[in-house]
Amino acid sequence: MSLLEIADVKKHFGSVEALRGVTFSVEPGEVVGLVGDNGAGKSTLMKTITGVYTPDAGSIRFDGIQLNGKQPGEIRALGIEMIYQDLALARMQDVASNIFLGREPTRRVLGTPIRIIDRTRIEQEADVMIRKLGARVPSVQYIVGQLSGGQQQSVAIARALTFNPKLVIMDEPTAALAVREVEHVLELIRELKRENIAIVLISHRLTDVFAVCDRIVALRQGVVVADDPIAATSMNAVVAHIVGAA
Amino acid sequence: MTLPATASPAGLPLAGNGEATLSTETATRPSLAPSWWSRLAVRFESLVVLAILIVVLSVLSPYFLSISNFLNILLATAVIGVLAYGATFVIAAAGIDLSLGSVLGLSGVVGALSINQVGLPWPFGIVLCLVTGAACGLINGLLNTRAGIPAFIATLGMLGVARGLALVLTNGVPVYGLADPVVYLGQGRPFGIPTPVIIFLAVGAIAHFVLAYTRFGKYALVIGDNESAARAMGVRVERHRVSLYVVSGTMAGIAGLLFIARVNSGDPTAGLNYELTAITATILGGTNLFGGRATIIGTLIGALIMGVLQNGLNLLAVSSFYQQMAIGSVLILAVWLDQLNRRRRMR
Repeated sequence: MSLLEIADVKKHFGSVEALRGVTFSVEPGEVVGLVGDNGAGKSTLMKTITGVYTPDAGSIRFDGIQLNGKQPGEIRALGIEMIYQDLALARMQDVASNIFLGREPTRRVLGTPIRIIDRTRIEQEADVMIRKLGARVPSVQYIVGQLSGGQQQSVAIARALTFNPKLVIMDEPTAALAVREVEHVLELIRELKRENIAIVLISHRLTDVFAVCDRIVALRQGVVVADDPIAATSMNAVVAHIVGAA
Repeated sequence: MTLPATASPAGLPLAGNGEATLSTETATRPSLAPSWWSRLAVRFESLVVLAILIVVLSVLSPYFLSISNFLNILLATAVIGVLAYGATFVIAAAGIDLSLGSVLGLSGVVGALSINQVGLPWPFGIVLCLVTGAACGLINGLLNTRAGIPAFIATLGMLGVARGLALVLTNGVPVYGLADPVVYLGQGRPFGIPTPVIIFLAVGAIAHFVLAYTRFGKYALVIGDNESAARAMGVRVERHRVSLYVVSGTMAGIAGLLFIARVNSGDPTAGLNYELTAITATILGGTNLFGGRATIIGTLIGALIMGVLQNGLNLLAVSSFYQQMAIGSVLILAVWLDQLNRRRRMR
């Protein structure tokens, strides 16, 4: 059984059919590159998996559990994390709050049923995570909006990895990075694969995709037009699929 | 679900390599570490403004600086302050509630009528005050999130509807005479402190606790900060927004109760234009008009600034017409200064 099974998923916005029956699957520990032109439906598909959008038709199963109709919070709890292209950070909140956003551990106040956010625990665990990533974020108490772009991305990555995910979706994680930083992200992906964490990598940079992925899925106008192991395809073939020349 | 401090989700490759870090840049300034008062997010300027006001008014009026006048100020600030708490929760999430003053009026009228005309026992009157406020907030929230009407318009509509309903219910005539325990809430002085002041501060303490320490408060701020991020991370944004409008409506209900208790009557015109003062107090207190940053302590200081200002202008015998102008000007000034600050920080 595959980790993630997407079967004939459809989604439209008004008269625009963003997804016209998408089918593909991801195995545990597999790195899948998802490519396609702007408007091919990559981000829509990923947001449909994470529960931000509800599919109009089709089924999405993760670890054998039906995801249709589940809230984003429930889907995260099942082990799917996504690193958004815009990072999805609350920039007026500090690093620790962002890493635990949506999953703040709470504690009781003086033994009453009233619960408050466990600030000490959040800061300690966020600090451990940031250190593990080797990210140069000086303190988890810093306000995220005051950090550099690379540091902000470290925060988004730390958040995705703090809760032992089984699948991490990365939407253009290298698009805004310097060459040196790109290599670190690719190395991180390889390391996650060794930990048997599955990755879906959305990227326009085919060199990155070919560098780390096991398989490439090409989307075009809301349908899968190619789904090949890396060994069985080539850069030219993928480009042809993306632009519809194949 | 959370991982213990020792569990590694991945023996991450970036650790233990000084050079191989995701972000090679370090923070630009060491001053980025937040100081204790910036963590409170009380705007320093608002304290300065309050201090200057107090000094200036002490010089200008011999009656200003006294404990009894200070209690007067607190008493006069109580109703506005409770409204401003409500405004703080809504504005924290980048919403707005323009119906606060009208909902105050309607809640008071419903409470007064239920005791005075319907003859319900006074505790029911109190509960009805709060329920009316909460119901108005619920409608505001549902109009905003389910019907997709911008908060500005939904609450502006409610401003008209609630005020009109208050006038219809009373035929435009104040309802005089409430039960003694209710009047005590407005006029009593346990330990020499006016009851509304005690309620104002107690509600403030609870509101501060909720906004600063609970998930409820955190999510309000995160929604105001980055709504789509909040949604993606599992915050039920629409549901939360509705709750925030219910909080704001309930605050207006409490304010309505304080109002009718103080004047021993339900006046359908009570709280006219109070949303102006309440929102001004909130912004003065350092709450970001566009959401994401808000504190109750800041709002309390903002409300005190408004109270001190009004009290001072009264003592100096400035016409109330000018006072309206003063409040409006302060609101514009506060937002303008905030914008200047923001632009400076952007650069």
